[in-house]
Amino acid sequence: MKFGILVNEGPYQHQASDSAYQFTKAALEKGHEIFRVFFYHDGVYNASRLLVPPQDDRHIANRWSALSKEYKLDLVVCIAAAQRRGMLDENEAKRQGKDAHNIAEGFHISGLGQLIEAGIQSERLVVFGD
Amino acid sequence: MEDEVIKKFLYVNRKAPYGTIYALESLEVVLIGAAFDQDVSLAFIDDGVYQLKKDQKTSVDSGIGMKDFSKTYLALGDYDVNKIYVDKASLDERGLTADDLMELVYEDEDDDYKEKSSISIVNQDELALLMEQQDVVLSF
Repeated sequence: MKFGILVNEGPYQHQASDSAYQFTKAALEKGHEIFRVFFYHDGVYNASRLLVPPQDDRHIANRWSALSKEYKLDLVVCIAAAQRRGMLDENEAKRQGKDAHNIAEGFHISGLGQLIEAGIQSERLVVFGD
Repeated sequence: MEDEVIKKFLYVNRKAPYGTIYALESLEVVLIGAAFDQDVSLAFIDDGVYQLKKDQKTSVDSGIGMKDFSKTYLALGDYDVNKIYVDKASLDERGLTADDLMELVYEDEDDDYKEKSSISIVNQDELALLMEQQDVVLSF
């Protein structure tokens, strides 16, 4: 089956991003297709490359990055939600005159149209949130 | 757009407009989504019914300092988003009636071009049926 995934909550604070990861990983391992993972609301923080969790805990951003690399997973961070929360990629940082950018490997920033497209193209859109 | 598939999208709004950002960001999805020519419905349930309350005053001038986005709902009709379902039980529980809500209207281009109300007050059985009919349910 072809799935779209929506992650609406931030890392560590809320189970949503863990559940989304576990679901996505399990689906891929079973041979299902993940059309896209879309990060919205505080979910955009899952894409921060500056996360420094304790060493004996999971690293949520790196975990997504690794999964993306292994399966060529499309990880999209909503630009509107990201900008108001200070999540910028290199291009956006330059464009907004900021001195830093913080998007982890494998993620990219794009518009909400990517979420709607995931709803249209996927057989199921699974929402992880509060 | 490039897609010819038309799916039924339902946006379920369950949260109060200003305590969290869900309402504002849900509305942003609805507005962007409108460009995709899908079959869109909105449901307002629980504290979500407060999103449609009339006379909201939250601007900087009012002392609250948050952008009053309630007027954006009034524009939904112009985006062909005109199926708005409000849960009656949620209104009742909060002492609200249909008269407390903003008048959301659309121009009926398929019929007589008259301005009609976009809002339907529904019970929970009707909401359940509505959800069952959808292809995509986005809950915020």
